[in-house]
Amino acid sequence: MANQNFEPKRPAGYVGLLTVFVLFVIFLYGPMATIFILSFQGPDGGLTFPLQGVSLHWFYKLAEGLGVVDIGAALKRSLVLGLVVMSLTMVMSVLAGLAFRKKLRGGNALFYVTVASLIMPSIIVSLGIGLQFRLLDSALKWCFEYFAMTGMLDTFGTSLGLYSSALGAHLTWTLPFGLLIMFAVFNRFNPAYEEAAQDLGATHWQTFKHVVFPLIAPSVVGVGMFGFTLSWDEIARTSQAIGDVNTLPLELQGLTTTVTNPAIYALGSITTMVSFLVIGLTMLAVKLLSKRRT
Amino acid sequence: MTTQQNTQNSVAPLRISAGWQATPYSMVFLLFFLIPLGLILMVSFWEFNEYEMIPTFTWHSYISIFEGCTQLNEYGDTCVTLKTYGSTIRISLIVWFITLILGFSVAYFLAFCVRTTAMQTMLFVLCTVPFWTSNVIRMISWIPLLGRNGLVNQSLVGMGLVDQPVEWLLFSEFSVVLAFVHLYTMFMIVPIFNSMMRIDRSLIEAATDNGATAWQTLWSVIIPLSRTGIIIGSIFVITIVMGDFVTIGVMGGQQIASVGKIIQVQTSFLQFPLAAANAVILLLVVLMIIWGLTRLVDIRKEL
Repeated sequence: MANQNFEPKRPAGYVGLLTVFVLFVIFLYGPMATIFILSFQGPDGGLTFPLQGVSLHWFYKLAEGLGVVDIGAALKRSLVLGLVVMSLTMVMSVLAGLAFRKKLRGGNALFYVTVASLIMPSIIVSLGIGLQFRLLDSALKWCFEYFAMTGMLDTFGTSLGLYSSALGAHLTWTLPFGLLIMFAVFNRFNPAYEEAAQDLGATHWQTFKHVVFPLIAPSVVGVGMFGFTLSWDEIARTSQAIGDVNTLPLELQGLTTTVTNPAIYALGSITTMVSFLVIGLTMLAVKLLSKRRT
Repeated sequence: MTTQQNTQNSVAPLRISAGWQATPYSMVFLLFFLIPLGLILMVSFWEFNEYEMIPTFTWHSYISIFEGCTQLNEYGDTCVTLKTYGSTIRISLIVWFITLILGFSVAYFLAFCVRTTAMQTMLFVLCTVPFWTSNVIRMISWIPLLGRNGLVNQSLVGMGLVDQPVEWLLFSEFSVVLAFVHLYTMFMIVPIFNSMMRIDRSLIEAATDNGATAWQTLWSVIIPLSRTGIIIGSIFVITIVMGDFVTIGVMGGQQIASVGKIIQVQTSFLQFPLAAANAVILLLVVLMIIWGLTRLVDIRKEL
């Protein structure tokens, strides 16, 4: 190192910190790598090493179904719910983010509610929403009886469901991340561009469409990724706030105690690959959008 | 003052009022957060039998939760509630301590030891990617390592360090703490890293130039200036662990008690008033912890 004098000195303890960091990354990814490898376990292999040959056996087993659980249906439910949560999170976060840039009455209160939702133990939110919809059920049934709507009374099951209570539960978890990201974006946003557009006679809508939105687009994609991945993996808030059907992570949680073969690792590999795919696509989109900006 | 007004006017990108723009967002939190919390408080004062909840006002649920808590029983133990809170708080503190030390070290490495911004971004993303993958999968991925016939036991037995496979590696408090650290250190790294990146590097140079040792710089410059990140990370980790029932359930082999687990079990038995009362108590405990921590920072300024 000839030019050592011109480089800033490495901070003290560099080697130690580097070791900690490397070990931490191994700690993060090592276990994930093991179940990925073990999901290709041969037909005679078990839940642990050694590998008894390499095969796709457990992926086929998974496709056939695990006991009574319909994995395909759960996967589809989670996928669609994730997409709905993603879209709503993006739209609502951007709108709320814009609102916070103006004078927003009750803005402080809304901000505190947002932070509260983020750090509220999930079991409490879940219990509350479950309770709310059960009380709603009772109220509805009472109404049907009162107005003698026997048809409704016979067919009505519960108002708890994927797109009512579970959707709400997911949004209380994804929206705070969305809004905080929008805050971070607008804190660094230079209003000069907007002023320039308006000075040149752009309407409010034109300013948003042609100036503001293209500038924040990469971050909005990021918000969408948070929305999808957080919903895709969510258990705690959904657990008490969902009716008869289950999302994929809830099924997965149940399977941890009943399935004792590598099929569960195969399922794990598939869900992780979906997550990685979404992360990869997001990064690609962010890169493309940022490039277009310059 | 005029510039202030100028920005105020020109910043508005749409003519729709702020109130309307924030309405969908606010409605979600009204419907799925504030009202449910209100209902929890209300129902915690209700009665229940095997079939239904009975609207009334009674302290029964709270009294039954703390039944026998005023004195020690014949074995010298306290009641189930206090014991459960005790063990949940203990696990929270252990996890908090480990994630704080580990998260701080990793954040410090990223902020001060990595030279190029590109490398820094890459390594930061490397640390955060697992956050976007399934928690349950990340939990069960410890089974092939820690199980009775897992890699760790195979190596220990193979090296002759132990005769029998070690049992306490999996489905124990050890595996619960390990899983928490595995899952949630990210919540420490991100805010602490964010705080560290805002530290003016010349302050550190100044400290060094004035003869401060590395430890003195760390203790008197970097840690105080990373305080906000440390506090935000601590709030995240402590509240998550205090209310957890999934990780403790899966990694504890459904054998370890926690406050979240009690609430979940009572809900599944439809004992809503009891579950609600427990939720209120848990919330009060968590709020007290957060109140103690947040008085020190304004989160909004830090974004």
